Amino acid sequence: MSVHVIPKRTYFLIFTVLLVLTFITVQVSFRDYGPWNTIIALGIAVTKATLVILYFMHLRYSDRLTKIVLLAGFFWFVILVALTLNDYLTRSWISIYFSNL
Amino acid sequence: MQLRRSKLPETHALHAHQFDSMEQQRESTSLGMWVFLVTEIMFFGGLFLVYIVYRHLFHEGFVAGSHHLDIKLGAINTAVLIGSSLTMALAVRASQMGKRNLTILFLLLTVILGGAFLGIKVVEYGHKFHDHLVPGPNFEWKEKPEITHQVELFYSLYFCMTGLHATHMIIGIGILLALMYHAKQGRYSPEYHAPVELTGLYWHFVDIVWIFLFPFLYLLGRH
Repeated sequence: MSVHVIPKRTYFLIFTVLLVLTFITVQVSFRDYGPWNTIIALGIAVTKATLVILYFMHLRYSDRLTKIVLLAGFFWFVILVALTLNDYLTRSWISIYFSNL
Repeated sequence: MQLRRSKLPETHALHAHQFDSMEQQRESTSLGMWVFLVTEIMFFGGLFLVYIVYRHLFHEGFVAGSHHLDIKLGAINTAVLIGSSLTMALAVRASQMGKRNLTILFLLLTVILGGAFLGIKVVEYGHKFHDHLVPGPNFEWKEKPEITHQVELFYSLYFCMTGLHATHMIIGIGILLALMYHAKQGRYSPEYHAPVELTGLYWHFVDIVWIFLFPFLYLLGRH
């Protein structure tokens, strides 16, 4: 059978890395790095999610079609957020918006 | 796609008749699960978007509300859920190798860790009820009454997002219990163990949702 069995060691290694990243992100949140706090917190979350997807969910060993489907899903989510923020983050640029409030 | 292995004659192929091979059937079932998970991304994605927009508009209230969450319980829960993902991955691995008892053991550990997560969540929710932080007529924010409604909005989203996540966990635990029962009956083999594998994908997805909920709700603006 062509089922890809991943060695136990890989799972434990990923588990350890995930715990270490959780520890780091909690420690970082207590310190003030200005705008970097948000970037680090989200960067670590994305890294953790990627590790879970690639190894725990076996995406690294899946066929290309599955990878494209997942990427398409994330792509749509990015459109959702980017276009919405495109509105909210730029509202203050227009003075008419405030004068009419 | 009902596959009761014991009822099939020895020479009969294991895959369902619409597939060419077991390999193709496996790819199709996992693709179907991924498509479902993509709809789940959009499901939770909408809530995350609402959170981002309101956090931007009512920054002060959201930071104040977020500050009040118990970061220690949140961090412990993150570790517990990552641990349950590990045991789930090991359960899938055991079923790939046809180790029935090991599969059941790891599924049981996953159920226990999932239950522990929900238990800690109940304690957290209890604190919120005690502190009058549940949105509604009894909501109170004494530290700075002017921003009460902003903080209330934060807690509405907190309960919505963690509540939806917890609902997914409760459904997941139900499926895991059914899997344990079926595994005990000997329904799964190295050739056919799709239900265990697909439940694994679901469980890891729920873990990923929490991986994002934790920084968004507990960590941002903490310092």
